[in-house]
This record gives sequence, structure tokens and C-alpha cells, in this order.
Amino acid sequence: MTTPESPEPERTGPSRRRFLLGGALAGTAGAAALGIGGALSASADGGRTPGGPGHGGHGSAHGGGVHGPMFRAGSTVDHEANGFHPTELLRDFDYGTTSRMADGRILREWDVYATDEEIEIAPGATFPAWTFNSRVPGPTLRCTEGDLLRVRFHNGSEHPHTMHFHGIHPAEMDGIPGVGAGVIEPGASTVYEFDAEPFGLHLYHCHVGPLAEHIARGMYGTFIVDPKQGRADADELVMVMHGYNTTFDGEGNQLYAVNGIPFHYMHEPVKVRRNELVRIYLVNTLEFDPINSFHLHGNFFEYYPTGTRLEPTEFTDTIVQGQGQRGICEVRFKHPGQYMFHAHKTEFAELGWMGMFEVTE
Amino acid sequence: MTTTSNTLRTWAPALGVVALIALTLTALAVLGGRTLPDRTGPPVEELAVERTHLTQGEITLTVRNTGADPVRVAQVFVNDAYVDFAGGDAAIDRLDTETLRLNYPWQAEQPYHVSILTATGAVIEHEIDAAVTTPQADGGFFALMILLGTYVGIIPVVLGMLFLPTLRRIGTRGVRVLLAVTVGLLAFLAIDATLEGFELAEKAGGAFGGTALVVLGALLAFLALSALDHRLSRGRTEKNGLRLALLISIGVGLHNLGEGLAIGAAYAVGELALGVTLVVGFAIHNTTEGLAIVSPLTQRRRPGIGTLLGLGVIAGAPAILGAVIGGTVTNTELSSFLLGIGVGAIAQVIVQLVPAVRDKAGRLLDPATVGGATAGLLAMYLTGLLVTA
Repeated sequence: MTTPESPEPERTGPSRRRFLLGGALAGTAGAAALGIGGALSASADGGRTPGGPGHGGHGSAHGGGVHGPMFRAGSTVDHEANGFHPTELLRDFDYGTTSRMADGRILREWDVYATDEEIEIAPGATFPAWTFNSRVPGPTLRCTEGDLLRVRFHNGSEHPHTMHFHGIHPAEMDGIPGVGAGVIEPGASTVYEFDAEPFGLHLYHCHVGPLAEHIARGMYGTFIVDPKQGRADADELVMVMHGYNTTFDGEGNQLYAVNGIPFHYMHEPVKVRRNELVRIYLVNTLEFDPINSFHLHGNFFEYYPTGTRLEPTEFTDTIVQGQGQRGICEVRFKHPGQYMFHAHKTEFAELGWMGMFEVTE
Repeated sequence: MTTTSNTLRTWAPALGVVALIALTLTALAVLGGRTLPDRTGPPVEELAVERTHLTQGEITLTVRNTGADPVRVAQVFVNDAYVDFAGGDAAIDRLDTETLRLNYPWQAEQPYHVSILTATGAVIEHEIDAAVTTPQADGGFFALMILLGTYVGIIPVVLGMLFLPTLRRIGTRGVRVLLAVTVGLLAFLAIDATLEGFELAEKAGGAFGGTALVVLGALLAFLALSALDHRLSRGRTEKNGLRLALLISIGVGLHNLGEGLAIGAAYAVGELALGVTLVVGFAIHNTTEGLAIVSPLTQRRRPGIGTLLGLGVIAGAPAILGAVIGGTVTNTELSSFLLGIGVGAIAQVIVQLVPAVRDKAGRLLDPATVGGATAGLLAMYLTGLLVTA
């Protein structure tokens, strides 16, 4: 068995990232991602140690034999070398830099960088990813309905890319080949500018062909447009469901994950408080498999498809999303303890798409 | 003194050439590699699973790197679920082996698909057709293998040899036909074993030569038996019936070694249908081998019962050894090599037999001998259909 040729013969993720982001392109988001990686280095290798006194060492006991799927015991991904950490991505919202325009509207601006990265996606296995801001998934860009958005996109990858946003915008801002700025070649930049509408939970991704490959290599991220009146206070989380087709055969994925690293939240459960409202921005960017799903143990959640209405459509514990579908889940945990969440397509779960909530007082 | 200087004169240039070759190779190794560009393609990662050992809750794979580049095992999944496993922490170099112990609650008789994810994201796959607890190599196992080998090897061969008194009454022409039958029998065995050896070798990944191993085994066995024949016949020109019978026994024995291997290997993975079909099928099939062994003994004075039994054991007992090896080692490359040895041995025996098939005028293929050889081929083919392993 072989893998198709890697675009990056070198395996020096962090140094390459610094090179690409260095100098004039001192990208705020990219640098922030690096900073996060550095700050979390202490916990990177301790993924399987019990999280806290609350769960008596239970945190490391998941998986193995009849206890379920897992990676080789004791093996973890080097998040520091990757430059991003799934636990941090959960609550990492990038609001950009804002200024008020003459008409009183908010102008919100971001710099987003496309880069090629060698990412350790499972302990010991690397993947030649194409990324936005050196992370998979890309940054969660968040704004408020009615803002004027200006996304300066810089292609530091060796491959042509675009940023295609879901939302309502003029055709020339659609980020597809042949329209507007069209394909952004390596080393080139462009600006996507449009109004933030409609409110809801959206996504963005590269739209260069072959499309499935450009997306599956890691070029996707969450795009949240908050309603003007806002939503109720909550502990807000982003979960992007995706996969890695490590063999590049275009026939399914060898690894499935939320927020970059398979099984990560089995080692480091998502910590939430009992009775607090938890809002999950759930996005499906999985390629090659037609559907994905989300199932929560020991609880039910209100579901807002695409987040474009303020009233939920369903009270459930399992939802299904097709490619590009997304929705908001709102839940309160009544009891403390550990609750699993995973794709109810259990094949995906056992190939990495599973995790734990840890509910404390 | 003259001899010494002659020897020196003969060998000195050869030594010089060897030294020059060594020097050039060293220079090439040090400098030559740098004159060529790197490979443009991705690394060639190959692992061949040489042994699958199943115990309750655990699947143990012995893998060998049969590719060009080192292989680093990152993770393993079984039937689309990642599993905890031990072993394979370091990269496996070319031709090295490594043992992977997978913690997986497999169920008896179900198929499993093991996928090894390498450090580069490549997936190396291995099928377990039907999971069965691998037999422990304990006393009971060895007793069973000995019993199987005796059933399929020794007993049928000795039974076949019981035809000897009948054969002694059929006259010169009858003996020629009979030897032709034997040639047909053996030719079929050789063809059958060659095909089986090639099939096995292709499964093995080819790190040690693949199908070339079968050919190598055959040639080595042929040469070795030729040398043995030469030594046995030293000082005697006429064909000795007993010597021929011994050579046939050895050839058939080496063939039965391969047959035992197949039986042992099939038993180890739970594929062997033990029982009446196996025993009776092999008995009928291998009885013809006994016939082949005694066919050169018709013109000699009656051989002793001890001699006959000895010949039977030489021909049949290797089946026991083969069954034990097949049931415990299950190395496909070794198996294909041993099958090749059986082929070479049989080919050598055929060469030995052919002169005795000729009539007084030196003709080989008259209607009688052609009929005999055909009968031999068909007999092996038809009785082979009765064998299930």
C-alpha cells in the first residue's frame, strides 16, 4: 500500500508554519494558534492521566477490548507540534478586529492564511493537511447580523485555494473559480467583503477543484452569525465533525473526529457545569460519507437546524446531518458525571468520532 | 615448489579481480548513491502477515516488512474499530519481523478485517477468513499431528506396497507398463505440488523470492538426490531395483512433507475438515504412492518385510513432520520452499525410472507405456479429487 505523493516532502510542521506566517504576515489568528499550542504543551502528553479529583481516575479507563475502541494505550498526539489543541478549539471564537463605520455599522475584519501542514492526526500517524490558519478545523469566525465583514485571505499554501462562505452575498464574493477574484494562486491574496446575513450557524470552505480533496484535506471552518438580539447566556462550544481519508482513495475515511483529533475528548472530556445551559454549534464537514450524526448520552437537547430560527424544532438525543449541514444543540445536564457523545453511525464512532462530557457542580 | 608457484599463478589474478570489485563496490556505495536523485514516489510500505494467532480476546499478528522502506505502525483497527495493541513501537526495517498483540473481543467463526495504519497514513490490510482459537502446541496437539501424518502418510503407502506379490507375477512387459504408470503418478504429483507452491509463494509477499523459492527448492533437491544416487550406485553399472525403490521412497517422502504441511496449516486455522473424508481420501490417493515404490522391486529376489516397512516409513513419515511444522510455524515462504523440494525430488525419481521403461530396442513411448503413464496421471487426478485439504 502506498500513499499518493505528499505535497510536503519535509516533515517539519511547526517550523514551516512559522516560516509561512512569519515576517510581513504576522497573522493574528495564526500566531494565536501557535501561542495556544505552546501554552498547552504541559498537558499535551498527559492526555490519559485522570483529569481531576472528581472522577477518581475513571478518565483514563475508557476503551480497550470490550471497553470499546481506542488508540494504542498510552499513545497521544503531540498537540504542541500540531500547533492547535482540540480542547482549546471548543471555545475559541474569532471575532476579528472591529471598527465603527460612519453609518454606525460595525466593520469586522479578519486575516486568514492558507498553509500546508503535516499534522499528527492519530498518535504516530501524520497527514499532509491543507489548512486555514494552520489548524483543522479552521478558525471559528463569529460576527453579528448586519455587520460588514471583510476577510483578507492570503494563500501561503503551495496549492490554489479560495474561501467560499455559506450565507447571503453577491456572486463575486462567493469564493469559487471563475467568479469575482476566482482562484487565489499560491502567494496571492484577496478580500472577501459582504454583509453578515442571515443569522445562524454557517460554514466556510475552500471551493477549488477537485473539491472533495480540497475540503477533505482540512479546508473548512465554522462561520457564526449571531442574531441582533443575541441568544441566551450559555457555555458555548463549537464542534466540527469531519474525517481523514489518509489513503487518499476517495472512498471513505480511515479516521473520524470532532475538532481535529480522533478520540481526543475521550482522553480529555469536555468539562461543563451541572444545570448550566450548554450551546453546541455543531457542523458537519465530513467528506466521502453521505451523512454524519450526533448522539448524546443521558440527556436530550433542543435542536435548531442551521440556527436560523430562535425556536427549536426538535427535542431529541440524536440528530443526523448531511454534508454541509449544521445546527445548534442546547442542553442542560441534570446529573453530574461522564456522558458520552458520538456519531450514532457507530462505525464512525469506533474510528475516532466519540468523546465524553464531564459534568461537575 | 612448482605446484605452489603454479597455484599462485592461477589464483593471483583472480584475487586481484576480487580486490578490484570490492574496491569499486565500496566506492559506489560511498559516492555512487549521491550521483542519483531521490525516489520521486512515496515510500513503499509493505507488511506481510506471516502468522495469525488467536486466543480469547486477543489477535496476535506476526508481520514481516517485505517492502523497500521501513514501516512504522501507528495504529490498528479491526472491522472498522481502533484497538489497543502492544508491539511495533519502533519502525520495522526491511525483512524484519514484529509481533502485534491486538486487544479485541473476537467471536468464533466470524471473519475479521485487520487494518494497520502506518505513520504515513497508508493502510495495510489482513483478512482472517474465520476466527478460530489457534491450537496450543501441547502434547495433545503433537499426538493429533502424529496421528494425522500416520493416517495420510504411512498407512496408505504401506497399503500400496501390498501389491508387490501381484506385481511380481506380471512379467517384463507388465513391469514396463507398471513403471510407466508410476512415472505418470509422480509427474502428476510434481505438477500439483508446483502449482500449490506457486500459489503459496504468491501469498507470502515475495521478500525471500516468492515463486523463485519453489524453483530453487526443486533444483536443490534434484541436484542433491542426483548426488545421492551417484554415491549409492558407485561401482555398479546395472540398475538395482532396491536402490531405485529407495530413491522413489525419498522422493515421495519429500513430497509427503509438503502434503503434511498443508494439512497442519489448514488444521491450525480451523479449515481442516477432520474425519472420514480426509482419511479415506488421502488413503486412496497415497496408496498409489506405495505402488510406485514397489514397482522396481519385481525383478529382484523377494525383499524382507523389514526392508519394505523401512521404505514405507521413509515415504510416509515426513507427512508427520510436515503436519507438525505446518501446524506450528505456518511460514508460507518455508512451506513453498519445502513444496519445491518435493517437486525436485520427484523429478529426479522420474529421471531414474525412465531408462527402465524403455524396451529392448530403446523405445520409450509405445502404446503400452503411453497407456500406463496416462493411467497414472488419471489415477492421481481422480483420487486427488477425494482429498479435501
